[in-house]
This record gives sequence, structure tokens and C-alpha cells, in this order.
Amino acid sequence: MLVFILRRLAQSAVVVVAMSVLVFAGIFAIGNPIDVLISPEADEFERAAAIARLGLDKPMHEQFLRFVESAVGGDLGTSFVHGVPALGLVLQRFPATLELALCAMLVAVVLGIPLGLWAGLKPDSLAGRVIMTGSILGFSLPTFWVGMMLIMAFAVTLGWLPAGGRGETAGLFGVQWSFLTADGLAHLILPAVNLALFKLSLVIRLARAGTREVALQDYVKFARAKGLAPARVVGVHILKNIMIPVVTVLGLELGSVIAFSVVTESVFAWPGMGKLLIDSILQLDRPVVIAYLLVTVLLFVVINLIVDLVYSLLDPRIRLGGGRA
Amino acid sequence: MLRSGIVKPLLPAAAALALLAAVPAPGQAATLTVGTSAEPSALDPHYHNLGPNTRARKHVFESLVSMDAKMRLQPELAESWRAVDETTWEFKLRKGVKFHDGTEFTAQDFVYTVCRIPNVANSPSSFTVYTKGIAGIEAPDPHTLVIRTGKPYPLLPVELSTFGIISAKAAGGEAVTFDKAGCKADSWPTTQAFNDGSLMIGTGPFKHKSYTKGDRQILERNPDYWGPQAAWDTVVFRPITSDGPRVAALLAGDVDIIESPPVQDIERLKSAPNVSLAQAQSNRVIYLALGVQDTPPTITGTDGKNPLKDPKVRKALSLAVDRDAIVKRIMMGVAEPANQYLPAGFYGNNPEVTVATDANKAKQLLAEAGYPKGFQLTLGTPNDRYINDDKVAQAVAQMFTRIGVQTQVDATTANVFFSKRNKQEYSVFLAGWGADSGEMSSPLKALIATPIKEKGYGTTNYTSYSDPELDGMLDTALATVDDAKREKLLQDAVKRAMDADIIIPLHYEVTVWAMKKGLSYEPRADQYTLAQKVTPAK
Repeated sequence: MLVFILRRLAQSAVVVVAMSVLVFAGIFAIGNPIDVLISPEADEFERAAAIARLGLDKPMHEQFLRFVESAVGGDLGTSFVHGVPALGLVLQRFPATLELALCAMLVAVVLGIPLGLWAGLKPDSLAGRVIMTGSILGFSLPTFWVGMMLIMAFAVTLGWLPAGGRGETAGLFGVQWSFLTADGLAHLILPAVNLALFKLSLVIRLARAGTREVALQDYVKFARAKGLAPARVVGVHILKNIMIPVVTVLGLELGSVIAFSVVTESVFAWPGMGKLLIDSILQLDRPVVIAYLLVTVLLFVVINLIVDLVYSLLDPRIRLGGGRA
Repeated sequence: MLRSGIVKPLLPAAAALALLAAVPAPGQAATLTVGTSAEPSALDPHYHNLGPNTRARKHVFESLVSMDAKMRLQPELAESWRAVDETTWEFKLRKGVKFHDGTEFTAQDFVYTVCRIPNVANSPSSFTVYTKGIAGIEAPDPHTLVIRTGKPYPLLPVELSTFGIISAKAAGGEAVTFDKAGCKADSWPTTQAFNDGSLMIGTGPFKHKSYTKGDRQILERNPDYWGPQAAWDTVVFRPITSDGPRVAALLAGDVDIIESPPVQDIERLKSAPNVSLAQAQSNRVIYLALGVQDTPPTITGTDGKNPLKDPKVRKALSLAVDRDAIVKRIMMGVAEPANQYLPAGFYGNNPEVTVATDANKAKQLLAEAGYPKGFQLTLGTPNDRYINDDKVAQAVAQMFTRIGVQTQVDATTANVFFSKRNKQEYSVFLAGWGADSGEMSSPLKALIATPIKEKGYGTTNYTSYSDPELDGMLDTALATVDDAKREKLLQDAVKRAMDADIIIPLHYEVTVWAMKKGLSYEPRADQYTLAQKVTPAK
């Protein structure tokens, strides 16, 4: 186990280094931040001073070396736009995104597994078909459009829920969270549902496929023959076995939900990392973009590690040995 | 002024559904929630010379002189001012003005502010452009300022309207004295001290209450304000940078007033029963710039020669543009055809300058210039910076093509476009210019004057055009303190610049606000949304 974790960490380090090179080169190619940042009324002296201060007068490799030098010390640079450490800016936005992502995952799991089970146990029933058709919609409708429709329906027309923003927050562990206040929860519902739709469809499909496969296995038939209550057969024998693929996929998807909630955050004016990323790209705030992507890479690495560990707990046949590749 | 909108969707059913929405009575709880299209990069009033930052600071920090909705100067912390001689100005300060911490506003606060402006760490774009002209400041008494300039400097009052005055006492700057070479102080206030609220001490109509980056800024009414009290106990600013969601937030009643709703939604908002609109001509002109480089980067079919060097060709391109059609069909009426760089009524507008549309004359001029069959041209434009920018460029391309100049459009996102443009990679490009000073010297100086580092001329002149005579006219105007004389000089200069057809104006953008019925707002040419000017219906 320890060897496995060490090996994974070493691999991850390589990924992080490769990413930072790619990201740095990529963002360098987009444009010159000075053209966007500085007031067009500024004169040449101002421009020259700003360029020198931001270190943009140096060639790219020199800028990269400077970046690596300070990054090793934990400093990912200072935001061009906001003038504060870029990493701090990203981490400050992290709780809002995490909260949104976890709520979305919760919705997906709590609704998706029972629905998928149902569709798998009674594939030919009306309810089963409705569920499957619904999941196709969840896959294929664009997030942006669904978000706008949710706002139109529940905020504009019915007036039940707010159209966007994060609402009132309360502190817990020194961080501000929305789910602790009624107002915050109300603000959380629509974006969380919007973000959950795709995952929900995914979970339904995974759970249904798993159920259909597992329900025909001998041990299930045997359990039934033994006269176990149907609830126990489904709740223990089937559910436990369909969870393995669901956990794997959800683990991977959690990372992508956090990293790519950009669209939902824009539609609902949710002050998370995704919105910060978009704003930073538009303003060519290079340090923030780099910090965001590095944080995201680290997040993926950690989540994948956890997924592998949980996986081995769920299915004892899987060993995280160091010997085999 | 940087504005961003990553998604510009149409809100198809928005207004129709709004018919069903409940209309909360305005003014019930005196809270105003504003949906802004962009967020300030910091609350520090001197950190970043950028539209959203100035909008934010105008609620808390005031300046000596301010501008009204039509960008005319009016007294703020200074009650009156006059030019004593060519290089000396005297400002009489308002008495009895209190900062939010209760201390009295005096001349020292102005001195300290001017001293601090060059000392803001990490400022991406500072206000030193506006303090450079000041050579000396004296305060014969706490409510009089004598400001000396190195040379005649008529724009001084205008420039003093651009920055907010901070409290010297709150920042420990009671003893700081002005020195042109650099003021001395033990330390200067940090931007962080403003962002966390500890130094948010101004004289404005609102006091700072709280700020969550990316989410909201909350202000409270200042009960001790020297001027008329604002109608709102509390003001909440929420940045909603995407256009569609901002409109939705208004229709849902989450916010009371929004900035710049997307053009395509305006007709629908007009017909919504619980929404009212306010609009005004802005100080921003959208223009085409014609490059006169020796080797044109995006012109082909002329054997490497640049046809734009010929004034006849430039005139032909200007004649080809049908501004009325652009305004009606593409801008949906949310713009005014432009015939120079600032609309009528602004300082320096020359009523005698006109533009014409005449495709036949244009063809004839092209033939006279030796291009009867025209040539090929690529027109550069951003596609997310100005209202419908790429669509306007497409229309212009068709108009050019109609007179024989085969025109293609190269539309890219703003940050790529500006980088390419600044490297002069376009022979012709579309861009906009907002005159923050509200007077004609601003576009003339930036867009068409010869780039001269020392004078700050030609900072946005990417056309390689140079007219020393025009530069001379500007020199004279910018050294003439007499307002009436200076205006005449600027009017002559704009005539000369327009005759050159280097910067071809297309239209003036119109700024729109949408708000709940029952609120009213006097639309401002400078595009700022000021909560103190939003009033509930009587």
C-alpha cells in the first residue's frame, strides 16, 4: 500500500511539472496582458514601468525560470489584475466551488441510484422508460441552456428561488459556507441542480446497467430462492455490487465537476473558481490562470488516489500491490 | 474601461414570462441592489484606473471636482476654483465636510492623496497620468488650495475629477508635504487595507460595510453627508458579468437595476410591464482606423503599395459607410450615427463637421486614385469588446466590398485582437474610444496625434499617421487656459483630423440601464451606475 502511494505521488509530480510547462507556454501564446490591463490613456513611461514591474520585458524562458523558482517556495506569483497572491485568490474561491460540486454530487447520488435501480429492476415498466428517456435529456441538453431555463422557471416566473449569487453565508472552520443559512441554501439549489443533471444521468445509467447485470447473477437468484425479503436482496446483494463502477466514475467526475463548473458558475453568478478562471482568461491575468490550473491538477491527482483506495475497500479482490504495474 | 461578458445569449421568453412575475413595491425596504456588468479589481481608489473601479470609489471617496451626467464639471469637495494666472489655480474647499470616521476634510487630505497616488504597490494602471501636471501645492489655510503647474495646463480641473480623496489622518499622513520629486512618508497605505475595509474612509454619500470578492459589496448611507441624502439605507453591488443572467436577475427581482443589458433584449425589456429603461449617449465612439504604413499588412492586390496613403482612397472608404443602416439594423437603435469623435454637446464638438454616404462618389474617387478595380483588404475587429462589434465590422466589410474593395473580417477575442493591433498587424481595424475627460482633446491626443512619448501623444495611434501641423494645433489648445478659446482651437483641430479620414467615426454607443418600474435614474454619458442618483418614484 505504501509503495503504491509513493509511486503515485512520484507520477503526480511529473504530471504537475509537465502541466506547468504546457500552461505557461499556452497562456504566453494568447496575447500581451499589458494591452488589456493598462488604461489606453496611459503614456509610454507608464507602460514601460508597468511592463517592467510585471516582469513582461523578460524573454519567456526567463519568466518561466522565475516562476519555477518562486513556485518551489509555494509562491505562484501575484495577480496582475488584483495585485494579491494568485494562489490565495484561487483558494479563497475554492469553498464556494467545492460546496456547489458536493451538493451536485449529493443530488446525483441520492436521486440517481434509486432511479437507476428502479429502471434496472423494471426495465419495461412505464416508470423505467420515463427514467431512461429523462437521463438522455440530462446528457444532451446544454448546461447553459438548462441553467437559463431553470432561472426563467423558478426565479423569474414562479419567484420561488433567487436567480443567482451566493446569498448569505455563515462561518464554519474559518470558511464561509452557504448551506448553513436558509438564504444560502435557497441560492444553492438551482446551480446545484443544474450542475447535477449530467452526473445524475450518468449515475442512473451506471446503476441501471449494473442492476440488470447483477440481478441475473446466480447469487441473487439464490438469495431470492432462499426466501430473503426483496428489500434485502436489492438493498444488500444488488446495491453493494453496483456501487463499484459508480464510486469509480463519481470519484473521477467529482474532479471534473470542481474543475469545470465554469458554465454553471457563470450562469448563476456563483463566485467560485470557475468564474474566476473565465474572468482571469479574459483579462490575461496569467498568474491566476496558472495557479488555477495547478490547483486543479493537484485536485485530480488527490481524488484519483482516494478513488483507488476506496475501490480496494469496496472490492477486496483488488490489491494495490507495488509489484505489478 | 474593461467590460467583459463571456456569454451573450438571447433571453427568448424573458419578457413574456416577466408578465407573470410579482412586482415588489419599490422603496419598501430602502435597500437598492445593483447588478453590475463588471467588478472592480480592488476597492483601493488609486489602484487601477478602470471603469468599474471608478464606479465603486465614487460612492465612498469623492474628488475635488466632479462631472455631472453630461460630463460637465461641477463642484464637489471644492466649492469653486479659478485660474489665478496661466500656471496657478486656486481651489476653495467646502467647509464642514466630515470623513466617515468623523474627522474634518481639509487641504492636507488632498495633498496626501496626490502624494500617495504614485506610491501604490503593484498598480496595473495608475492615476499618475492625472497628477503629473501638478508641480506644486500650497495650502494658505485648511480650506484653500493653490496648485501650480509647470506649464499652462487647462485640463487640471478635469483631471482632478478622476481620483478620489482619502483621509490623511486615517492613513497617518498628517505631516506629509508635497514634493514634485516624490513625497516622503514612513509607509503608504496598502491596497489590502482598502479591500479589508479598514481604510475605506471617505467623504462620500455611502460608508463601506462589507466586501466579498466576486460576490458582493455592501454600503450603508452616510447620515453625516454634506450633500443631499441618498434614498437608500443600504446598497448592494453584485457583479453579474454574463449578460443573460444579469437580465434574468432583474426580471426575477433579485436586483433592482442593471447596467448594460444586451442590445438584443432591449426591445423585450421595453415591453415588460415591470421594467423601465434609461439610456444616454455615451462618450464612446466606435471608429475605423486606416493604417498608412509603407507596407500594408492586410492589403493585397496593389503590388505591395499602400492605397490608404492616398487621401482619395481614405475618403472613398468613409463615403462607403452607411452609418444610419448600421445604427438601425445592427445596433437596433442603441447607438447614434457619429460624424466626429464626440457627440454634439460635448466640449470641442465642431457642429460644422459632417460625414456623408455616397457609394457612387466613392467608386469615382477610387478610380481617380488609380484603383478602378479596387483591392483586397482584411478588417480586424474584436468580437467581445464593444456592442455587436463583429457584426458592425461585417456590415462595414459589405459596404466596402460594394464599392469594389473586397473586404474580409478577422474577428477575434479582445485580448488577442488588441495584441495584434498594437503590433500594427492590421491595415484597417475597428475599435472604440471613450473620452474619460469628456472633451475633444482626449481622442485627438490618443488616436491621431503623432506618437510622442514626452507629450503622451498618440498612445493609441496604430496607424503610422503623422501630421505635425495637427500636433501643433493640439499643443496650442492644450496650453490655452481660456475655455472658450481652447474650445475653438479643438474644433479647428477636429476639422483637420476629420478631413484626413484616418480615424473614421461610425457611431456613438448608447448606454442603457434597466430597472424596476418605480425607480428612476438619470443616464450618464460616462456610463457609471451611481446608487446615490437612483431615486424611487414619488
